[in-house]
Amino acid sequence: MTEKEMQIQQKQEVQRAGEPTKPEKQYVPAVDIFETAEAVNVLAEMPGVAKDGVEIELENETLTIRGTVVPQEHGGETVLLREFEPGSYLRKFTVAETIDQEKIQATMADGVLTLVLPKIAPAKPRRIEVRGI
Amino acid sequence: MAIVRFADQKLFRNPWADFERMRRELDALFQGPGHEAGGRGTVFPALNISEDSGSIYVRAEIPGVPAGEVEISIEGDTLTIRGERKTCTAEEKYSYHRRELECGRFSRAITLPAKVQVDRIEAQAANGIVTITLPKAEAAKPRQIKVNVG
Repeated sequence: MTEKEMQIQQKQEVQRAGEPTKPEKQYVPAVDIFETAEAVNVLAEMPGVAKDGVEIELENETLTIRGTVVPQEHGGETVLLREFEPGSYLRKFTVAETIDQEKIQATMADGVLTLVLPKIAPAKPRRIEVRGI
Repeated sequence: MAIVRFADQKLFRNPWADFERMRRELDALFQGPGHEAGGRGTVFPALNISEDSGSIYVRAEIPGVPAGEVEISIEGDTLTIRGERKTCTAEEKYSYHRRELECGRFSRAITLPAKVQVDRIEAQAANGIVTITLPKAEAAKPRQIKVNVG
């Protein structure tokens, strides 16, 4: 049996440079990054974030993934067990020059963001002939 | 599989409970924010359970599992959440730079703190969070008892 039981991953909070002004928590989403011949794929786990809450920015080769959660009020309920706290997500990556920045695609499904960063087609090897005089 | 029993917690009132709570809070203070919610459960998925006078709410954080593939079952007063996360593309030809997402089968059972109306349980999934609403049985709802003067 290769079946394995999943473990809860504790969410890591973002180490912030500035002082926080919002009371909500900010987490570093867990990611899978894998590379195929054509593209670099990023899967980021951001439960509670809707499609509209995802912001992806690319600036100076830095890719920023930001996910904001609409806070949900459950007034009048008594908490019996609390194992997770909703919060927003933030993570930054440096993107290599070989990525075609124009063609980055993102999809959000069931709280997991999938980013496809296609590679620029490798330049065809060019042979330069040396001619004799 | 972890079973959270609420009944156990209520039966024995620990005289040191307040001191233990203080110690936990101090520990949380030294570890920095963000740790108070963790450390209690290690079984996937993470759950938030709350109740009001009419219902019990179970919220589970299950990202990466389509809503239709989460199995929820109830037997007596044990609620079981089961499923499988297939985000892992186990193909060897990929070269991984980061591999932080867990995948595989999961199963978690909890003992509900009150009797519920089994046929009126509802579950809803939104953005990787599954909310299960369990209406309490009539017998378990709080009731006002009028005191008659006479």
